[in-house]
Amino acid sequence: MVSNEEKRARDALKKEAKFGEDIDLDAYHEGRRDIAEVESMEDLPEDTRTTMLDSGITPSGKGRSGNFLLMDNSVVHSAIMGEGVELMPLRQALKVHDWLKDYVWKAVQPDTDKYTAETYLQKADGYFIRALPGAKVKMPVQTCLLLKNRNTKQYVHNVLIAEEGSEFEVVTGCATTKGVEKGLHLGISEFFMKKNSKLTFTMVHNWSEFIGVRPRTSVIMDEGTTYINNYVALKPVKTIQTYPTAHMNGPNGVCRFNTVAVAHPGGVLDLGSRAILNAPGCKAELISRTITTGGTVIARGQLIGNSPGIKAHLECKGLILSDKGVQIAIPELEARVPDVEMTHEAAVGKIAQDQVEYLMSRGLTEEEAVGMIVRGFLDVGIRGIPDHLKAEIEKTLKETDVRGS
Amino acid sequence: MLEIENLTVEIEGREILHDLSLNVMTGYTTVLFGPNGSGKSTLLMTIMGFSGYKVKSGRILLNGEDITHLPVNERAKRGIGMMMQRPPNLTGVRLKDLVRVTSKGNVDTEKVAEELDMARFLERDVNVGFSGGEIKRSEILQLTAQDPCLILLDEPESGVDMVSIEKLGVKVHDLLTGPTHCAGWREKSGKAALIITHTGQILDYVEADRGYVMCNGTVACSGNPRELLAEIRKMGYQECIRCKINQANLIKENIVSEG
Repeated sequence: MVSNEEKRARDALKKEAKFGEDIDLDAYHEGRRDIAEVESMEDLPEDTRTTMLDSGITPSGKGRSGNFLLMDNSVVHSAIMGEGVELMPLRQALKVHDWLKDYVWKAVQPDTDKYTAETYLQKADGYFIRALPGAKVKMPVQTCLLLKNRNTKQYVHNVLIAEEGSEFEVVTGCATTKGVEKGLHLGISEFFMKKNSKLTFTMVHNWSEFIGVRPRTSVIMDEGTTYINNYVALKPVKTIQTYPTAHMNGPNGVCRFNTVAVAHPGGVLDLGSRAILNAPGCKAELISRTITTGGTVIARGQLIGNSPGIKAHLECKGLILSDKGVQIAIPELEARVPDVEMTHEAAVGKIAQDQVEYLMSRGLTEEEAVGMIVRGFLDVGIRGIPDHLKAEIEKTLKETDVRGS
Repeated sequence: MLEIENLTVEIEGREILHDLSLNVMTGYTTVLFGPNGSGKSTLLMTIMGFSGYKVKSGRILLNGEDITHLPVNERAKRGIGMMMQRPPNLTGVRLKDLVRVTSKGNVDTEKVAEELDMARFLERDVNVGFSGGEIKRSEILQLTAQDPCLILLDEPESGVDMVSIEKLGVKVHDLLTGPTHCAGWREKSGKAALIITHTGQILDYVEADRGYVMCNGTVACSGNPRELLAEIRKMGYQECIRCKINQANLIKENIVSEG
């Protein structure tokens, strides 16, 4: 029997997404589901491990509470090292926890667009992470989503549950292995945060020139929860369109989205973040720092104030370092009750000449001065990022060619 | 060290400096007086080479080399360093990182920061949210890290409270004189300074050798800085302007009578 949900998904298979270039899903092979498991991520080839490191993932698993690795559409590694947290493939978790069916596809609707529909119908696997009630998980759980083979489409479905009073951190690195220039990543992430829980979620995107990326993320936040989302995309990619949304349903929730991204020539980054403040005392802050060295950046942000006594701020700043680059900032504020405090600040443009010359007057060359200003500009966006990731990101930032073309 | 020859400078098509000439000799601290809008800051910004300050005619020579059209960093490389009146905010650039890059490891910037009561600012973004006095101290810290031969200071005392001005004055003094107080060292070390001062307060801390008074975009007068300051304090800049006009008239009359 075809469920109602399934029917809706089938009907949505041709439904174009609201934003972003329409991707022909038939142009890609389905990712393999039979890639052999690995005992340890350290057994992986060196270039794969390097890619992982660049994406914030520690192959040794040292200093981590759990490891999860998806290659194409195969879960090849899932291990738990710390206490207070559960981690396993979602398909397995659905067998273990009968109640989990009440969560899957509840935060993201299968018929949102063709990407969610296909991911639904493919019964995609992904990670299931659950922080146990009251658990203060000391070390982060790391998950890595790798595109291993060329022309592959990867479907991912992640579910994360922060039980009441839990506190934890998740790091996700998404990347392609060497030689995989073309591919597609569709990722559904549904996060559920119970009363007074706290989650810091950092995602590092490390794709390559011809990869298409369509993540669909929703976070359901209960009373007194804190959600911090850091998103970093510094490497070239063909097209990303994402609009993670926090539904702040309980009073006194706090959420913050930090976005740092570089659009390289030929790339289109359509990056949004949205907070829907549905309960009194909620606070949201959406900060985005983007650069174009020749690609297009669309920095969207939306704050919706549905309850009195909320406070929210949205900030998108974009630097254009090339004549060919395009920066589009679309901040939106929507207040549906009078007693709200909502502000936004958007600015796009080139680097101020007086700043460059000021540094040059201290002896820096023009190139050094521009580099320092650009790194500083992005640094504001990554200040919320956990320290253990900062070094890697700063290294990537140093290697990133920020000279305009 | 620095020779300015018949310099005419425009900002956005408006002529600000007219046929200005002056010298700063190696080892000498030269002070620039003048009323607001007389072109003092424009002169310093032009010497440093900031864009927007367009040299229409005349030359700037540093140790005999024509630097009139060199880029800013090339001038810095040749030993010019400047304290700006209103430096831009560098959001995301920490003061610590800037002075580290500037000093190239040659100066113990942490110690200098301590002495300037700026240690807690090292982690802060350059100039962001700094008060007037904090900007001055940060500029002096950066200059100390840079260790230039020709130091251009644009009103080092303005906006600084009475307590900080002493610390600042001492540091400016150190910057100009190096570790010893011997005048011979200054000459040997090849340092020189051109300091804009509105109030002359900085003269309580640094020994100035020569003074210029600027009016309406050119040099009106030069002489002993303390004497100049005393006269300006007594009679105001109006007198300098009148004096200059009288001088000019005198010259004109001479030319007329000679003709």
